[in-house]
Amino acid sequence: MSQFAAENLTCVRGGRAVFARLSFSLEPGTALFLLGPNGSGKSSLLRMLAGLLRPISGRLTWEGQPISDDPEAHGARLHYVGHHDAVKPVLTVAETLHFWARLHGGDSESRVQQAMERFAIKRLADVPGRLLSAGQKRRVNLARLIAAPAPLWLLDEPSVALDKASVKALEAAMAQHRAEGGLVIVSTHAEIDLPEATILRLDDFAAPSQVAA
Amino acid sequence: MFGLQNPTKFLKFAKLVGPWLAGSTILLIGSGLWFGLFNSPADYQQGETVRIMYIHVPSAWMGMFAYSVMAIASAIALVWKHPVADHLARGSAPLGAAFTLICLVSGALWGKPMWGTWWVWDARLTSMLILFFLYLGYMALAGAFDDPERGAKASAILAVVGWINVPIIKFSVDWWNTLHQPASVTKTAMPSIDPAMLLPLLLMGVGFTTFYATLLLWRVRAEILATRIRNIRLAQIHAEGA
Amino acid sequence: MSRFIELLRRELRLALRQGSDSMMVVGFFVLAVILFPFGIGPEPGILARVAPGLVWVNALLAAMLSLDRLYQGDYEDGSLELLILTPAPLELLVAAKVTAHWLTTGLPLMAASPLLAVFLNLDATDLGVLLLTLAVGTPTLSLIGSVGAALVLGARRGGVLISLLVLPLFIPVLIFAVGAVDAASHGFPWTGQLAILGAILLGAVPLGLYASAAALKQAAE
Repeated sequence: MSQFAAENLTCVRGGRAVFARLSFSLEPGTALFLLGPNGSGKSSLLRMLAGLLRPISGRLTWEGQPISDDPEAHGARLHYVGHHDAVKPVLTVAETLHFWARLHGGDSESRVQQAMERFAIKRLADVPGRLLSAGQKRRVNLARLIAAPAPLWLLDEPSVALDKASVKALEAAMAQHRAEGGLVIVSTHAEIDLPEATILRLDDFAAPSQVAA
Repeated sequence: MFGLQNPTKFLKFAKLVGPWLAGSTILLIGSGLWFGLFNSPADYQQGETVRIMYIHVPSAWMGMFAYSVMAIASAIALVWKHPVADHLARGSAPLGAAFTLICLVSGALWGKPMWGTWWVWDARLTSMLILFFLYLGYMALAGAFDDPERGAKASAILAVVGWINVPIIKFSVDWWNTLHQPASVTKTAMPSIDPAMLLPLLLMGVGFTTFYATLLLWRVRAEILATRIRNIRLAQIHAEGA
Repeated sequence: MSRFIELLRRELRLALRQGSDSMMVVGFFVLAVILFPFGIGPEPGILARVAPGLVWVNALLAAMLSLDRLYQGDYEDGSLELLILTPAPLELLVAAKVTAHWLTTGLPLMAASPLLAVFLNLDATDLGVLLLTLAVGTPTLSLIGSVGAALVLGARRGGVLISLLVLPLFIPVLIFAVGAVDAASHGFPWTGQLAILGAILLGAVPLGLYASAAALKQAAE
């Protein structure tokens, strides 16, 4: 039995079928690369995998259990990195990381320290969010991945605004996560090195331009 | 529900039932007006002005009825995601708002000869005024989103919350009214009914209901067609883009 | 429960550091009430007669002013998605947001009302009842307001829209709160009205939390 699987997912946005009958299954330690042109539904698929968006048909299972049975348990096992960084202008980097880690249900000082080291934001620990650059905010958001452990990482264009060194740090973090048996699902336009990742081209699942009622 | 949640089946149903509803509306309201205006007694206290009742009271009924339809359809749309229920809720709102407005305006016209003033903070009229604002809020929210699906969902939640609040508002306004006004004023607003007045009132009541149903069917039909046109255009845009 | 406290702490910290919001709400409240003697004349008898209504109507408006920021910031910066994905009932997190909203608006409004009682010539016992109605009534405003604030996320002209959505729903609170103070000032029993306010609050808790959570989920779709 695979750890995380999608069967026949169909997504409708604004009356238009974005993709249809999309399926995949992932084993522990594997990665999935989402590719496709604008509007092919990469972000929608990631939001669907997170449970933010409900598929119009099809289902998602974790170790054979449908995720809709217990959305909270699904929330506990995933990290979602979207287009916005969830960094408040008046909270410091350390406060932001501690807050999200505690809310996720596993705050430990050592993991937060480790997360800040991994993404080279330790010297920014006491800097409030309003002083951070776009790349630094993105690194704070990515540091959440390390600050509280969760097996499933859903990353929507995580390399946006990152410099080369930070992309390397992200690649290293993903490699370690997979080595520990975690799953990574990434959408990207830029080059991210993800060895032995399965590639999912969303245009292969584009629905014929049909009219949904 | 008889497969009517399917838009195509609903269109067929509307085509079949629509003319019958429209026909009975003309008959009912026509005969109701005949009895109401020419063939019923004037009130011994209010004289001929009592005939405003035949518009005022049925529109008050419909204002409340349309809100219930809107809220129940919204709840169905939220739980079962039937597209037609969405259209029903959204179609019901402007109709209910119009009936509520007719009730308020006819109430003011009735109030002038009766109370000597256009507006009295009578419990019923005040509740109808608040209901009118609930309709306005619903319609403003439904139209405030660029994505019509968002507007539909948000306004559906509002309709259900509003519906739960309506009895509380009604109760509080009644309580407030008895505190501030002598009870006799409210009494005269709804005179005890002479049997000869009851017939035209009932005819008008049923006639307004079929009138509402006719307009609602047409609105839902128009909304279904508008959604289809929008989807076809969207599909074209994306076909060109690809 | 620890998540409730964690989010509450973060909200209070945000309010404290962004400052001014609470102060502005109280400032608006006091200033709006002060306008009335200029509008209707400074005669103490008249002012004392309309004082409960004045204070309450302006409390409604002041509480509303702060509502549009309740979820807007989280919606814009992506925090809302993460809150929804938090492994806890969203209703619990909404409860934390609403509690924080009350602590930063309802409570300061209560603190400012003795000052207004002096301006409006309201006597001490009436002020006591007024404070009690504010204590029981303003949490309801935060709860109902939270539904409105969640519903308008992503809408055009959200701020103005909230007032159209929630003000009609505030009317019962206004009626019974002012009714209680009026009754007290005429020497009538007023605990019944206060009990009804309490009942409305008890009803608003599940309705407000559940409807807000539903509205937030659909806003994040």
